[in-house]
Amino acid sequence: MSYLSLTDSDREEMLAAIGVSSVEELFEQIPPGVRLGRELDVPPALGETELVRHIEELAARNVHTGAELSFLGAGIYDHYVPSVADVVLSRGEFLTAYTPYQPEMSQGVLQAIFEYQTVICELTGMEVSNASGYDGCTVAADACFVARHVSDRRKIVLAEALNPQVRQVVKTYAPGFGFDVVEVPQVNGTTDPDRLAAAAQDAAAVLFQQPNFLGCLEPAPDLAEAANEAGALSIAHVDLMSLGVLEAPGAYGCSIALGEGQSAGNWPSYGGPHYGFLASRGEFVRRMPGRIVGETVDADGRRAFVLTLQTREQHIRREKATSNITTNQTLLALAGLATLSWLGPEGVREVGETCLALAQYTRERVPLEQAFEAASFKEVAFRTPIPAREVIRRAREHGVHPGYALGRDYEGMDDVLLVAVTEKRTAEDIDRLGAVLEEVCR
Amino acid sequence: MSDPRRRVEMQGEPPGSPQPPPLVRSADKALRAWRETPLIFERSRAGRRAGRPPSPDLPVPELPVGLRRAHPPRLPELAEPEIVRHFTALADRTFGVDTGFYPLGSCTMKHNPRVHERLAGLPGFRDLHPYQEDEAAQGALELMWRLQEMLAEIAGLPAVTLQPAAGSQGELTGLMLMRAFFADRGEERDTIITADTAHGTNPASVTMAGFKLEKVDTDARGNLDLDDLRGKVNERTAGLMLTNPSTLGLFDEGIEEVARIFHGAGALLYYDGANLNAVVGISRPGDMGFDIVHYNLHKTFSQPHGGGGPGGGPVAVRDTIEPFLPAPLVVRDGDTYRLDEDRPKSIGRVRGFAGPFGVFVRSYAFMRAYGPGLKEMSEVAVLNANYLLAQLRDVYDLPYDRHCMHEFVLSARNLKREHGITALDVAKRLMDYGIHPPTIYFPLVVPEALMIEPTETEPKERLDGFVDAMRRIAEEAAESPEILKEAPHSRPVRRLDEVRAAKQPILRYRFGDSGGAALESARADPSARENP
Repeated sequence: MSYLSLTDSDREEMLAAIGVSSVEELFEQIPPGVRLGRELDVPPALGETELVRHIEELAARNVHTGAELSFLGAGIYDHYVPSVADVVLSRGEFLTAYTPYQPEMSQGVLQAIFEYQTVICELTGMEVSNASGYDGCTVAADACFVARHVSDRRKIVLAEALNPQVRQVVKTYAPGFGFDVVEVPQVNGTTDPDRLAAAAQDAAAVLFQQPNFLGCLEPAPDLAEAANEAGALSIAHVDLMSLGVLEAPGAYGCSIALGEGQSAGNWPSYGGPHYGFLASRGEFVRRMPGRIVGETVDADGRRAFVLTLQTREQHIRREKATSNITTNQTLLALAGLATLSWLGPEGVREVGETCLALAQYTRERVPLEQAFEAASFKEVAFRTPIPAREVIRRAREHGVHPGYALGRDYEGMDDVLLVAVTEKRTAEDIDRLGAVLEEVCR
Repeated sequence: MSDPRRRVEMQGEPPGSPQPPPLVRSADKALRAWRETPLIFERSRAGRRAGRPPSPDLPVPELPVGLRRAHPPRLPELAEPEIVRHFTALADRTFGVDTGFYPLGSCTMKHNPRVHERLAGLPGFRDLHPYQEDEAAQGALELMWRLQEMLAEIAGLPAVTLQPAAGSQGELTGLMLMRAFFADRGEERDTIITADTAHGTNPASVTMAGFKLEKVDTDARGNLDLDDLRGKVNERTAGLMLTNPSTLGLFDEGIEEVARIFHGAGALLYYDGANLNAVVGISRPGDMGFDIVHYNLHKTFSQPHGGGGPGGGPVAVRDTIEPFLPAPLVVRDGDTYRLDEDRPKSIGRVRGFAGPFGVFVRSYAFMRAYGPGLKEMSEVAVLNANYLLAQLRDVYDLPYDRHCMHEFVLSARNLKREHGITALDVAKRLMDYGIHPPTIYFPLVVPEALMIEPTETEPKERLDGFVDAMRRIAEEAAESPEILKEAPHSRPVRRLDEVRAAKQPILRYRFGDSGGAALESARADPSARENP
């Protein structure tokens, strides 16, 4: 199968118009020594029917969140994706447009991005949002690049309770930025503001997560204050779906708020594509990486939207740009906008309260010792009497995926299981989790 | 005589219904609605709502002091019907490949098969958690492994990481790989050479990776200037970043010598895959001498561009560089597949999880549909581009007089010199013909550049329509240049005040504080209002 449109007579007419006798002539500029000269060794072509059958077979070999009762979270969450998100995802105009370089052709997508930026600013309490980054990991690296430009300091401080993948990505990027990275250990599941303050003294930026990767609510205002007093940028990694009930980072003094947008409007999709959001106080706007949409007027004075502050960007500034990003995650971010608009201010609060209630119910119903005392939002860590990975293996035989083994990332936590709930889980689901854990941990 | 400002033949149906007649700027309500869509915040009404999340009959615990949100976010408050209409109205004001011809050079705006959306939405993919155990994600892992294998064959290089999120992150990953490769050998090399025709992402990536940048000139045939290159490559050179075919749409005829120069100096070659659509199954970057390659799955392999993303930027490397690839990689053990995290020499992780999996489903489906016929895909992309070039070369300047590959660059400098008409004017006037403009003012080495990439999926009639429009615009430049200067005439907005946008940035809705004449129309609309 192919998606080509030319007929044989089209080709003949076109070759004649070009003045060549064959397509091969057009490739004569390629030196013979670097031509392949054989057919590509890839599987044979499939028609649409066979293609669908083959790929459906592959899909059927995965155990998805509808096929077992799943309490997996750890950064990717099974929140409900409303059907209005499909309106955005299925419209060919949004799906098949590119970056809106030509604003007269792209007012719809530009306006939608402007609305997305507003929603992100409202939830995080920030003044400026970009049009999205790749994911919750890379926006953290982007924020460090902001710190490199606004500070002479050459150190980044990460809370150990920050998502391990985020920390890994920051460490991968840091050498190119000339940064050293240090981590502040967690103590009983949270970050100690005094230890953070000590580490932040000569740091350009401090990153922590609220709620943190261990499922605990951090003393986030104290952490932000510790960073600010040390003269470091305070950067909070947050979950959009928590911000109906948890305080906005802007309200407790953070300079930058960022995170993984997946929980708001994107399917888990085995890790992507999703969107990273990145918002800051107004003073950093000209250091913000990525696309930003602004409001202006057209020649008739009519309100219109356009990519703006482009002198930050790679296609203008080249090696002096604030980032190399070009393609971002617009479509996923717009699914987030549709989802957050569908929820509205009441809905995001209710989702948050449901998560809080179900997490508390999980604490009560799971017959295991809690690993940490700190309050939870939607994840709770439990000590298991046998290695957590073994608990997961056994529980899955009962059709329940009980969560994430924190020993994958944290030394000394091989016996810690991180259980996540969302508003899609019910009290009965949690009762079943409790019963299965009782059975397999015996 | 008819009004020359009237659109000639419409290529695609522009969004919005009914069709706005040219130059009518008021009256018709439908036209006004197309031109002025309220912000979703202006459609909001306090107390109105759509989604009601489950609310179990369980107590909600108190949050610790100071952690509870004090003021609710001012999210829009709408019922579902108006949410759907809002996004439909915005879609109507957006032009995609599905709308019409979109010859945006270097972006490869080909048709995106609809079956891909169905496949990526299969519950076994869509609802699969990335921390699912490997044995319960075998179908996803097999798909990724098979995709790695096909990409390796296409690049002519043995090892592939799927992790990078887009082309520019693939570039950055490639540069980090170079740094790790040389650090492992104890060599200090700090400079990357790029062409003066390079995409802006190349120099930006060089800076982000902590390298210094050196530029090499382009010669009169559009190839890298070998003499200039020989003088710049030395023991400090880590490598070259090159797009081949270049952003001029020309294959570098000296690529074998370029590779000898870099490899002779112990340096590496990086292939920016932005223009891979020209050479799939015809010439492989690994055979050209490149050591590291990134692909743009959203260009060559048809992940929809999504209004700016998502993309996918896998990277392939020679076996000597394989140890440094990001973790995890998908590996096969007999009949089973797993994520290999144990990679001690890895540069680390560049993105979450194993990459943008939904993109992989679409690109895998695309490649399986074509099979070895991917070569024909590239042949037709090159045929379509040369067909356009052959019919436009007498009315626009052609800076490099050769057959092109999958795209070509014209210059409007003749129109500018003779009639004061710029590439921007040509681009804006194309909109009135129902065509998305090409990339303009790039590459920087060509003044008044128009960079045109038709892709392989366009039928001849669309190509002919574009030729007619471009030739007609050249005539209009002579006959009635003011029409071009004022274009577009048939879009929801006219040309924008971009200076104002940058000088007085308004980057979010300002709720109660959104004054200014620009918002008069929004206020006059009875359906609009400002949030409390």
